[in-house]
Amino acid sequence: MRHLLLGLALLVPLSACSDGALDDRAGDSPQVTITVYAAASLKDTFTEIGRQFEAEHDGVTVAFSFAGSSDLLAQIQQGAPADVFASADADTMDTAHAAGVLDGAAQDFASNTLEIATPPDNPADVATLRDLADRRVRTVVCAPQVPCGAAAVGVQKAARIAIPAVSEEQSVTDVLGKVISGEADAGLVYVTDVKAAGDRVAGIEIPESAGVVNTYPIAPVRRSAHAEDAQVFADFVVGRQGRAVLAAAGFGPP
Amino acid sequence: MATGSSGLPRWIFAPAAVGALFIVLPLGAMASRVDWGAFPTLITSDSSQAALGLSLRTSAASTVLCILLGVPMALVLARTTFRGQSIVRSLVLLPLVLPPVVGGIALLYTFGRRGLLGETLDVLGLQIAFSTTAVVIAQTFVALPFMVVSLEGALRATGQRYDVVAATLGARPTTVLRRVTLPMVLPGLAAGTVLSFARALGEFGATLTFAGSLEGVTRTLPLEIYLQRETDPDAAVALSLVLVAVAILVIGLVRGSRSATP
Repeated sequence: MRHLLLGLALLVPLSACSDGALDDRAGDSPQVTITVYAAASLKDTFTEIGRQFEAEHDGVTVAFSFAGSSDLLAQIQQGAPADVFASADADTMDTAHAAGVLDGAAQDFASNTLEIATPPDNPADVATLRDLADRRVRTVVCAPQVPCGAAAVGVQKAARIAIPAVSEEQSVTDVLGKVISGEADAGLVYVTDVKAAGDRVAGIEIPESAGVVNTYPIAPVRRSAHAEDAQVFADFVVGRQGRAVLAAAGFGPP
Repeated sequence: MATGSSGLPRWIFAPAAVGALFIVLPLGAMASRVDWGAFPTLITSDSSQAALGLSLRTSAASTVLCILLGVPMALVLARTTFRGQSIVRSLVLLPLVLPPVVGGIALLYTFGRRGLLGETLDVLGLQIAFSTTAVVIAQTFVALPFMVVSLEGALRATGQRYDVVAATLGARPTTVLRRVTLPMVLPGLAAGTVLSFARALGEFGATLTFAGSLEGVTRTLPLEIYLQRETDPDAAVALSLVLVAVAILVIGLVRGSRSATP
């Protein structure tokens, strides 16, 4: 990257001496970096989408900041240099909209549902969601305050059961960690988390989660200095290529 | 406070004041954000009370553990010489510099269900993961060095002369320890106790990693603050202030008792 910038810096004055038309072209597409604030669960997919985007858009670099959606929103509200915001839930995006930090409407680009993750050997013989109502099964879920926890509450309501969780964690990665380490017999995590964890966990689909779908919206940030490029990136995520990357990771259509 | 500056150059007060501001200003900024009208309701919600109560109980328990384990460790380190002592001392201090999450992971692989001691403990009917015991273990792990460091420093500073005199007068080692050594380092012991308690009170990372987070069982005040921040930043700020107040109170207590018995 450094070399590329250096090369460009050398090229601009050179072309200025030689050819007027070339000079204009160089002036039209200076090196631009757009900063994307995206939910932690999008780390792998957005990194890949960013790579594809850069390959197709000369002169535009995409930088990412991944964290919990509400953390990111708080940072943007405090004036963090974000150009695009992608949240893991509609609620956070609505809050962002109400706070006036967004430019234009948000577009939904993916969805996610919950699944049961167990250690590969499934020590508690979990087969259905109903099994988690058993106090002998040590289940870990997200706290209701975070999106994956809100979804867990929804799933329990849909199934009319109450899971006596041994821990309500801060994030879905915390839940997954407790399952991978074998401390928990089961955890409620997203389908994409189970897929990303590979053979470190086993996944059990839960039909009850079909009605509790978590939608991911994306929107350009109002104060962005690169509003145009920000919109182009958001459209790229929503578009065919973005969808393909997300689908491959297990995300559902929006 | 304003007793003679014993010839310090004047310019030294400027950076000292900047340093003090650096600590006080953020706390003041936080206090200025508190919605005082809603403060009582914010800090008296059931989950806040459960978190504060749990924090005080577990911190007290881990402080007792720090005294039981830390005092002998400090005595051995200060009063004996053995091979590899400096290595042992460095290892004891390690939790001070480790990121808390590393401590949590280490504890997980020791006391966790599939950890080093986990199966043995399981056979004995002890389930540590996701229990209040796990919180106390995490707090003790990070707080213990504070006890050892404070007390070892005090022991080295007072020296061994009185112990030797007492021994030559016929006192047995345990008597010397109880009647001479420990009373002499009481301020150091008090400082270590308070620092351990304060550190346990603020413990976050190791607890989250090792113990989990469940109201009334493992969700201590720092964890509650972190969780509240997601949905109710006002409550998070109010609870943060409570934590600061409790910490100041604890530190003030020992300051008071130390200046009373110089």
